[in-house]
Amino acid sequence: MKGRKLWPAVALVLLVLASALPFYWAVLASFTPEARLFRGPSLVPGELVLEHYRALFTQRNFWIPIRNSLIVAGTTTAFCVAVGALCAYALARLEFRGKLPLLGFILAVGMFPQISVVSPLYMLLRFLGLINTYPGLILPYLTFAMPLTVWLLVGFFRQLPAELEEAAMVDGASRLRAFGEVIIPLALPGLATTAILTFVYSWNEFLFALSFTLGPERQTVPVAIALFRGMYQVPWGQILAAAVIATAPVTLLVLAFQRRIVQGLTAGAVKG
Amino acid sequence: MASVRLEGVQKTYPNGHVAAKGLDLDVADGEFMVLVGPSGCGKSTALRMVAGLETPTGGRILIGDRDVTAVPPQDRDIAMVFQTYALYPHMTVRENLAFGLRMRGASREVIDQRVTEAARALALDAVLDRKPAQLSGGQRQRVALGRAIVREPKVFLFDEPLSNLDAKLRVETRAELARLHRRLGATIVYVTHDQEEAMTLGSRVAVMRDGLLQQVAPPMEMYRRPANRFVAEFVGSPAMNFLPGSIVSQTPGAVNHRNTLGIRPHDVTLVPRGAGTLDALVDVVEPRGSELLVYLRLGTDGSGPELRAITPPETVVEAEKVVGVRLDPARLHWFEAETGRRI
Repeated sequence: MKGRKLWPAVALVLLVLASALPFYWAVLASFTPEARLFRGPSLVPGELVLEHYRALFTQRNFWIPIRNSLIVAGTTTAFCVAVGALCAYALARLEFRGKLPLLGFILAVGMFPQISVVSPLYMLLRFLGLINTYPGLILPYLTFAMPLTVWLLVGFFRQLPAELEEAAMVDGASRLRAFGEVIIPLALPGLATTAILTFVYSWNEFLFALSFTLGPERQTVPVAIALFRGMYQVPWGQILAAAVIATAPVTLLVLAFQRRIVQGLTAGAVKG
Repeated sequence: MASVRLEGVQKTYPNGHVAAKGLDLDVADGEFMVLVGPSGCGKSTALRMVAGLETPTGGRILIGDRDVTAVPPQDRDIAMVFQTYALYPHMTVRENLAFGLRMRGASREVIDQRVTEAARALALDAVLDRKPAQLSGGQRQRVALGRAIVREPKVFLFDEPLSNLDAKLRVETRAELARLHRRLGATIVYVTHDQEEAMTLGSRVAVMRDGLLQQVAPPMEMYRRPANRFVAEFVGSPAMNFLPGSIVSQTPGAVNHRNTLGIRPHDVTLVPRGAGTLDALVDVVEPRGSELLVYLRLGTDGSGPELRAITPPETVVEAEKVVGVRLDPARLHWFEAETGRRI
């Protein structure tokens, strides 16, 4: 009996260690002096310094890619959730012809390999004069983020009992008002989850950001980090410090919204 | 308050299911109309069409003198109590009660006054600031009721509002609903699958089956003169007995059709063997406190059809004994064997 219960625990601990180790090492290395990193990195913290972080902001103007990433990922997320919520609500609740093919089409668009659309998108953006601009990144990001948002939200909306909005409409609310006053507050955990996922996807995106920007003034964090690599050396300390900074907003977001995500807001809506 | 009128209302779903095959129903101003029938008979669909939550595929619906067939629910001035109550879980009881008034742009004073009144009438004062999740089943039911009352709508619609309550609470709430109807003089359309609820609450009862109205009548009239075999069987508990039979005409040469004879268990009297219309073998005796429910099989050897009788509790009757059965001729119901229509 005891052995059978022990195994999953051991496996779990090993799995957690395996996932956490690279991150731990990255954090540790980002605080370790460059010289020591090349002499032979150690898992045990030794002398800790802030030079890599200082260099990021003094030598490399790392706040520019951060600002770019925040603007691009933030706008994409806001737009996706606002438009996607309306779209998903219609798909979840209204009956209209061609609904299933439309859902399938949205899914198909979301599945498209990015690399296959890079060239046509580049030509389109160049024609529109949007290369190396924020809209030039946000618009392509919508192509993969919007299907994701809509699909996630359709699922969340379908879970809410239809009687709630029916009650709201009988109570005198228009469909849009019922959506705003009853559905949106109840779907908040779903909206938060969706927003975080969309933000993370956009924040981490690399291929479009690399292809559609020309210089450091519009590059996002992943592109900037990839281009740290010089001709003669790889500044590992700075790369890892940048990676830690790039991970921070995502981690903070998830921690901040954790309760919202987990909370079952619909408890007590109907008999239960 | 207002009347409700359905004129040839039809509903066919896109998947081909027909929920209403031409309903004609008049609900008078201030009337308590109960739609009753087995599940799937179309009664809930009919109610949802009156609410505007479903669009009829044919016919017209009028509230008062106004044709509302194409009017969205929010502009119909109706209130509805749902089977699941559909309380807004993110709002307090107070906010739930106020929602409908707020949507209609009532002033703060009016909202406060009406919510306080309704809360007092429904004994919800103490829980006004709680969320639905913190309420008992009975309290939730009363909030759902209160949400309808504060609006003072033209028509109240109820969709099986008692089916989630336990037996004791259901009987109490039933009486509360009857009192509420008397006090408000409201027009009510009420859907249930429970014939007892229908009989006790309705000013009139409309029995539905397969998307068609079978009979619309006051409860006692429906009980005494059911329009067909389906209504006869559905209304009254225990259900009416049916025996094959025929009306034999005294006129020479007349054709005798096959018919079905119906008699309610309450109209069957047990007498000593040989003293009644027929003899029967006692199968099971169920004491019900105020009365006995006796299951009989016709014939001295019990080979005939089954017959149920309700007798006074002091009746001496034992299983496996033969007794006489007297059927009150004034209380016999005759139905055509094929169509089930009342003769």
